[in-house]
Amino acid sequence: MRELILLIISAVLVNNFVLARFLGICPFLGVSKKTETAVGMGMAVIFVMTLSSLFTWLAYTYLLAPFHIEYLQTIVFILIIAAFVQLVEMFIQKASPALYQALGIYLPLITTNCAVLGVAVINIQTTHNFWESVLFGFGAAVGFALALVLFAGIRERLELSDIPRPLQGTAIALITAGILALAFMGFTGLVKM
Amino acid sequence: MFESIIVLAGLGLLSALGLGIASRAFHVDTDQRIQTIAGLLPGANCGACGFPGCNGLANAIVSGNGKIEACSAVSDENRKEIARLMGMEAAETVKRVAVIHCNFPAGGVGNKFEYLGVTDCRAANLVAGGPKQCVYACIGLGTCKSVCPFDAVTMGDSGLPVIDPEKCVACGKCVEACPKKIIDLVPVSRMVQVLCSSRDKGARVKKVCSVGCINCMLCERVCPFEAIHVIDNIARIDYEKCRVCGLCLRECPTGTIANLRGWEVVAEIGESCNGCTLCARACPVDTISGTAKERHIVDPERCIGCGICVDQCKRDAVTLVKKTAAVRKAAAAGE
Repeated sequence: MRELILLIISAVLVNNFVLARFLGICPFLGVSKKTETAVGMGMAVIFVMTLSSLFTWLAYTYLLAPFHIEYLQTIVFILIIAAFVQLVEMFIQKASPALYQALGIYLPLITTNCAVLGVAVINIQTTHNFWESVLFGFGAAVGFALALVLFAGIRERLELSDIPRPLQGTAIALITAGILALAFMGFTGLVKM
Repeated sequence: MFESIIVLAGLGLLSALGLGIASRAFHVDTDQRIQTIAGLLPGANCGACGFPGCNGLANAIVSGNGKIEACSAVSDENRKEIARLMGMEAAETVKRVAVIHCNFPAGGVGNKFEYLGVTDCRAANLVAGGPKQCVYACIGLGTCKSVCPFDAVTMGDSGLPVIDPEKCVACGKCVEACPKKIIDLVPVSRMVQVLCSSRDKGARVKKVCSVGCINCMLCERVCPFEAIHVIDNIARIDYEKCRVCGLCLRECPTGTIANLRGWEVVAEIGESCNGCTLCARACPVDTISGTAKERHIVDPERCIGCGICVDQCKRDAVTLVKKTAAVRKAAAAGE
């Protein structure tokens, strides 16, 4: 039990997917202009990542490994992730058209979000068991959502500040992301696994 | 081998089944008209309407937030079709095209330095205002060509871009992109244009360019409608007042002014003419001939369609008529 809680904390803070592993940078910069859309994106990614890590683990352990077709790993994982993304897309379109509009192309692009595939692959590589995989996926997604929302909050304040012209837009966003990543380095050593 | 096929196919079928059920459960009714209207719009997603792409405008039209007229690129037929779908009248729009107000011949304007940077006018313009000796001249690196979503711009032999008026839909992308701001959108019915943008004094213009506006004011003096004025050292045409007579064009010593479309109308004198000679005396290009007290005749090949004779005639005998194809051909041959 204690180990599982530590695993989540490690995935959220210490080995944060965006700020420590630098995975999923595209949506991190793309949908972090407004806190609301960032929260929506975060929720969508939490759903997709948790369920896809569950199902990819099942698929690997009970289909790929017994038949010795591990080389199909990437294709199968992407297939499962894509199916979940489609599901989320339908659900969001039904439940919140405004959020659907705001997320735009980044919603289907969760499919190719390397953080989602990253979780699935790391689960297999570090030989997590079933619950470890699910919780690791959940923790990683929460970490992604946390970084996204934090960053969106900072960017909203940046909108109002006087930024030198050459640094406006993506330039200052990248600098901010770097400083945020530095700040997250402070969590190193918090969890000993 | 077989396992892999079966596993992948099975997973694919399973997720397809799940998604199929989900799409029933989360079905959203969308307005059919949005799709249809989006199909009728040009689909270039140029953004000139102010909405995010053609789909954005289609959405806005259906929800009542956007007007069909916002799209300058849609053809007349499609505009009417959209209006019919929405049950409203489509307003007639004035067709406009982009015109580049710079027209130096090949090698006509020299370079003050050799530019070897990125092939983009905007980048070149950052380096001391571009390599051309005339700071208002077209840089000619084709930024307008690369931003045009309708392939209406080609690079001409003289190194200047050429706009195809048939393809141009006045989306305004090139107007925005041009760092020299020498492109603007003009109504197609006002194609007598000043093809120069230089706000330098005449002497300076003459040094660097043979076809630049030298602010001689001759056009301003000759214009019967007060439609052309030299402001800030450049002749400007007021499209509201201009009647496309082209008198300024004949007068211009540097050939800066051009008619980009050819003359559209000619005067015709009807039966009720009593030969008062008022029109013949007023005609600025002497195309009206005839003896007093007899019906006068207009030479359609030389008539410029300014309409001064129409204003002069006391008996409403003179009218402006569309040029016939034969006359247009003869005039072109004469030039």
